[in-house]
Amino acid sequence: MKRYITKRIISIIPLLIGISFLAFILINLSESDPAEVALRVNEITPTETAVAEMREELGLDKPFFERYITWVTSSIKGDFGNSFVNNKPVIEEIGQALPATLMLALVAFVMIVFISVSASILCTIYEGSIIDRTIRGFVFIAEAMPGYWIGLLLIWFFSIKLNLLPTSGMSSWTSVILPAVTLAFAYISTYVRLIRNNMVQNKNENFVLYAKARGMKEGIILKRIFKNSLQSAITALGMSIPKLIAGTVIVENIFAWPGIGRLSVTAIFNYDYPVIQAYVFLMAVLFVICNLLVDIVTAIFDPRMRKEV
Amino acid sequence: MGGLNKLMRDRSAMICIIFLTLVVLAGIFAPWLAPHSPIDVNVKEKLAGISTTYPLGTDQLGRCIFSRLLYGIRTTVFIAFITMIVTIVIGTLIGGIAGLFRGKIDEIIMRICDVFMSFPSEVMILAIIGMMGPGLTNIVIASIIAKWAWYTRMVRSIIIKYADKNYIQFARVSGFSRWHIFKKHIMPNTVGEISVLATLDAGSVILMISALSFLGLGVQAPTPEWGMMLNEAKNVMTIYPELMLAPGIAILVVVAAFNFLGDSLQDAFNVKRGKRGKRMR
Repeated sequence: MKRYITKRIISIIPLLIGISFLAFILINLSESDPAEVALRVNEITPTETAVAEMREELGLDKPFFERYITWVTSSIKGDFGNSFVNNKPVIEEIGQALPATLMLALVAFVMIVFISVSASILCTIYEGSIIDRTIRGFVFIAEAMPGYWIGLLLIWFFSIKLNLLPTSGMSSWTSVILPAVTLAFAYISTYVRLIRNNMVQNKNENFVLYAKARGMKEGIILKRIFKNSLQSAITALGMSIPKLIAGTVIVENIFAWPGIGRLSVTAIFNYDYPVIQAYVFLMAVLFVICNLLVDIVTAIFDPRMRKEV
Repeated sequence: MGGLNKLMRDRSAMICIIFLTLVVLAGIFAPWLAPHSPIDVNVKEKLAGISTTYPLGTDQLGRCIFSRLLYGIRTTVFIAFITMIVTIVIGTLIGGIAGLFRGKIDEIIMRICDVFMSFPSEVMILAIIGMMGPGLTNIVIASIIAKWAWYTRMVRSIIIKYADKNYIQFARVSGFSRWHIFKKHIMPNTVGEISVLATLDAGSVILMISALSFLGLGVQAPTPEWGMMLNEAKNVMTIYPELMLAPGIAILVVVAAFNFLGDSLQDAFNVKRGKRGKRMR
């Protein structure tokens, strides 16, 4: 087990180097000169001397590889430079926005786990019945619905028509409900499908037949089926955490939720390169680390998974 | 081709195929089918209800919604098609090289794919649009860059799967050239499987493109696009919520048809999708 974990951790090091390199060159491939953009954003006329000064300030006059090393070393320390727009450190901006996103993702995650697990169990118990078919029909439609449309419909129904919940912003605890439901919606459909299919498949395994032959109670058999399907569910749900955090972009923009998704889209409109770069880098690192943790957790649960790598 | 017969018997899958063909035809013939210009503003007729002149009413600028929906097929659906085709071509080329030559090249390509796939696709697309700025071409390029690695991987694994089959080994022993075997035996199977995967993916590409346009990062006004139309409908949501219905339903139905068709194709041709092949959103 220890060997598996060390092996797995070592295997992500080249990946992290690749990611940092990609995040770095993405911005450097840009057609526009960052120094010029930095000046334009602050409404300074980009004269030749001003651009040259800015290039020096941003360290753009140094060779490519040196800039990459400086960027990586300072990024590891948490210094992603200053925002072009308001000159504040990027890490501060992200630090301010991150809790809102995490809260939104957490609430959505709880909804996803609760609803998708219970719906899948219902589907498995009543396989083929009207309940199963209704849930599957619902899943099918939900998979094809654009997330932002769901968000708009929810705003219209709950905020405008019934006037129950706030339309946008983060004013009270009720503000989180609509964005979280919107965010959870798409994932619930995927996971109900996944967990249900897995459980129904497990239902036909020999161990279920054996348990039935021994005359075990339905409830206990169901518990065993669920336990067997747990592994794939954990993998899928674990992978959804970074996807949820990254996927808040659209939801945050509809509901004016002050998180990192909105921060990044605003940064795109403002050509605020340091913010975009930091966002991309942090998201990819988060994705890789979550991936690693999920792999380790599944390896603990299921020894068969340790053989790979 | 047992799969094709199976598919022909699947009535709901056939309905999806017919429906999607009609959608594509409606997009191609939009200039003849649309009763009005999709971008002509007519403030006098704004927010009109359903009538014979305006089959689905008008929006806040008095533009015919039905015409905008029809022209929207050209942007939303056709751009999704272009994205898919380019991605598949790139994926087949690079994945083909990796799968056929194996060895060092394969190793390097797979590591690059690993890096690309370690970004959540949403983040990848945002990063590229952040670098190149909002715009239609840029979201296409961004989606291609975000997706090519997955297709490359799928093509490679399909080719490797077939390379071990007995009849390929027999062909090899019989002295046929590598190129001949690839062209005659591996290529047709790969193309079939990849097109099934592409159908499954098409819905998510449409969702992605319309979502980016909804955020204002993709198609720019006044070009009609379904996601854009929803964004415009958002602004008058309090006074005229009906405006949200048409474009939303259009996206829903087309994406659902693609998803359903993809599932049927997958069943009919018995294709397995990769571990990472979960639909993106």
